[in-house]
Amino acid sequence: MLETLQRRRILPARLHITDLIMGVVGLLLVLLIVYGSIRSLAIGKYSGVQWLSFVVAGLVQGSVYALIALGYTLVYGILRMINFAHGEIFMAGAFTTYFLAESIDGRGWLDAHPFLSLIAMMLFAALVSMLVAVMLERIAYRPLRGAPRLIPLITAIGASFFLQYTFRGLYGSGVERYPRAEAFKGDLMLGSLAIPKVDLVVIVSAVVLMLALYFFVQRTKAGMAMRAVSEDKRVAALMGIDVDGVIVMTFGIGGALAGAAGVLYALIFGQVQFFMGFIPGLKAFTAAVLGGIGNIPGAMLGGLFLGIVESVGPFLFLEGLGVPSPNQLKDAIAFTLLVLVLIFRPTGILGERVTKRA
Amino acid sequence: MPRSIQGRLGAAAASGVYGGLALLLAALVGMFEQFAKRPILAPLAGRGEPVTLDLVLLLGGLLVIGYLVARRSAGPDSIAVAKPVPELAAGLAGAAAGLVLALYVLTASRIDLTGILINAKPFLVDFLSLGGGAGPAGLARPVLAGLLLALAGAGLALLPDRWRPGVNRGLMAVVLLGTLQSVLTRQVDWVTQSRRAGGLVAAVVDWVYANKGVAPRGVLAILALALALSVGVRPLRAGLERRFRRLPADQQVRSARLLRGLRVTLLLCLLMWLPLGLGTYPSDVMDTVGIYILMGLGLNIVVGFAGLLDLGYVAFYAIGAYTVAVLTSPASGIGLGFWAALPVALLVSIGFGIVLGIPVLKTHGDYLAIITLGFGEIIRILAISDALKPWLGGARGIQLIPAALRIPLRRFPLVGTMDPQLQQEMYYPILAAVGLALYLAWRLRGSRYGRAWMALREDEEVAEAMGINLVGTKLFAFATGATMAGLGGALFASKVQTIFPASFNLLISINILVLIIVGGMGSIPGVFVGALALVALPELLREFSDFRLLLYGVVLVIMMLNRPEGLWPTAIARRELSSKEAPSA
Repeated sequence: MLETLQRRRILPARLHITDLIMGVVGLLLVLLIVYGSIRSLAIGKYSGVQWLSFVVAGLVQGSVYALIALGYTLVYGILRMINFAHGEIFMAGAFTTYFLAESIDGRGWLDAHPFLSLIAMMLFAALVSMLVAVMLERIAYRPLRGAPRLIPLITAIGASFFLQYTFRGLYGSGVERYPRAEAFKGDLMLGSLAIPKVDLVVIVSAVVLMLALYFFVQRTKAGMAMRAVSEDKRVAALMGIDVDGVIVMTFGIGGALAGAAGVLYALIFGQVQFFMGFIPGLKAFTAAVLGGIGNIPGAMLGGLFLGIVESVGPFLFLEGLGVPSPNQLKDAIAFTLLVLVLIFRPTGILGERVTKRA
Repeated sequence: MPRSIQGRLGAAAASGVYGGLALLLAALVGMFEQFAKRPILAPLAGRGEPVTLDLVLLLGGLLVIGYLVARRSAGPDSIAVAKPVPELAAGLAGAAAGLVLALYVLTASRIDLTGILINAKPFLVDFLSLGGGAGPAGLARPVLAGLLLALAGAGLALLPDRWRPGVNRGLMAVVLLGTLQSVLTRQVDWVTQSRRAGGLVAAVVDWVYANKGVAPRGVLAILALALALSVGVRPLRAGLERRFRRLPADQQVRSARLLRGLRVTLLLCLLMWLPLGLGTYPSDVMDTVGIYILMGLGLNIVVGFAGLLDLGYVAFYAIGAYTVAVLTSPASGIGLGFWAALPVALLVSIGFGIVLGIPVLKTHGDYLAIITLGFGEIIRILAISDALKPWLGGARGIQLIPAALRIPLRRFPLVGTMDPQLQQEMYYPILAAVGLALYLAWRLRGSRYGRAWMALREDEEVAEAMGINLVGTKLFAFATGATMAGLGGALFASKVQTIFPASFNLLISINILVLIIVGGMGSIPGVFVGALALVALPELLREFSDFRLLLYGVVLVIMMLNRPEGLWPTAIARRELSSKEAPSA
């Protein structure tokens, strides 16, 4: 039986004891999750509507992750590098836009024209993040193209800290309260399910942005150039595509999406600070890997999936195991998911690219 | 078609603008204001205000711009590239940098930016205009200063090779000694107060420093000394070398061994004496540096030797610390002594090293980095969570961890009677641990495993084809690294006596990674260089600590762009680098 499985490529050709251990560990984890979920459901602490509201909260959070994840995936698709500083690009847009939001709010425009000001804020944040991303590419990444793999990654880690603490120095280390328009306060009742209006705004904006990106990549000339460069840089260059220009454009688009996502994130949580980009950045990276890094629909799907797992997971998997205050562990669930995906299915949900990488 | 001289000058001006922007960014982040309190140079003839670090950095920055631009345009013209006169290029760059600063002065004195940029205070206008204010003087002064300093920098860059290193080092030494004045004088005061010895040192220090900053005579003395050392030492050394070569072979070996033995003995004596001779605060700094060196040696095995970029290294540090804490703290009721708990902590660290190593065996490069980062975060989140609170104490941590070593009040040779504090006592176990780790790292590097690691780092598939057992080799690297981090964690717990989950965040991993990279990946002396530069220096200079991580980020990027092999590269890296340069030249 073992041999048939190996011949059909279900199992690797050479089995090592460590593969066995990992298989057993994976199986145990699955059993534990199933057992915890059954127990949680059996306890019946939460009603159906509550579960549904967890899912909605997860979708909202996930749509922001998805927008950030697109930046990772776009850059990875073209340069095969992880832009570790992407979370900071997200922060840069959101934090800078805080000052615009304040002045809009101070003039009373935020309440008078909530949608217009939201669009203005998202555009501004997108612009700022785009600038930061393009400058980062120009200064830190471009000279390192073709360097050994670890070098750009270490540079990106350095850039990440540099950006975090630069913005701390520029804008201060305090937590700033983001203003929220009157129109976005309160809930919308859907039967007995209460959905905060902000959540609807966030989801709709995120979906619009994702659709726009999808059409840009699939239907425009520039999008076609991007896809060509991601297939093969050299051949694309021979076809007359300005590869450097496409790379800059990719960083710019990824940055712009991250900036817009930053405004949405600030809208959900109502506050910004210099460290806000780090954890969402890691989560979004998880989302990108989950969907198959380099794959655009994958990043969107991965983001939404991660958001839901993170918001439902603690109550579903851990509550039943008798873990106290399971919500504290939601980040641990996200990172565990990341580790599991990277180990058991490094190609992600939708990815099929070979990920043999040195 | 050679690039035109005008094009080159344009490039020089652009470099100047970038340099000016960098200086402006440093200003807006608040760096200069923070440094304004540290005097570096005493005024001439004892009147007026001392020159403070902020001004030294600003003017030094302009000087460096000129230096770099001049270095780039120096050298003979080639067919492909026409080079402008270096002085002209440098002056242009300096003036451009000054212009950037002047433009800021112009803007900030008319528009109030403080609502957004918290550091755009009036101080900055005054400072960047060099006291000229918002008027024409404020615009002219930075440009003029940029021009003159860049020219001075160019002059420095064009010194003959024989003199330049000495002058550069002398200037750097002046700034460094000026920066360290408060630390040094406090130290000297302490030494002279506690005993009669040290009078000579005190006299020298008094002579070099004025009340605030390095006295003019001190500056001259330091410059002269640096110049004499760099110009004088080379022939002296060459002479000695020649005489050494003339000795018979067996005598050469014998005297070399004798010399090494003497050096090691002296170094050991000095190291043993340091904490008792210097007092508690320097001992505390040395303890921290020691723990970082220990972990740096461990991570250097994982990252530097085996090429596995581990970003979750702090996890093992946390595991070592928590194991010791749980086993020794009265709160948990086990109540072992430190030395009984230590082997358990090491075993647990090794265990976790293997357990966390197995899942990442199949991953490479950046995926490995991200997985290990995930592990580090998971461990921290677990430590802080309510789920493990009964054992690990949640956010409040664990208190009352006993010290590893207590030295009773007594007389010490060369030091006198004293009652050592915890920081001084902990130094000795840390020193021993560093010694052990150093020996291990050094022996492992040349061993079968060490060579297997390096083969793995260069190319995994080829290494496997050469018969290297990938699984065993990688796990051994992880386990060795984990042991050293676990040891570091155990000593840390015993030193601070109370541990919180917050002490084990990602920044520790990054810190250690940065110190390895600065020192040179895979280089053992590099770990020491990196730890001294990146841990000891910021510990001693408190006002730097606000910018520590910012500077780490800059250092990482600049090192990767310009000097990926580190400050003290391994012989292999040096060789690879020179062979890479040779064919292209």
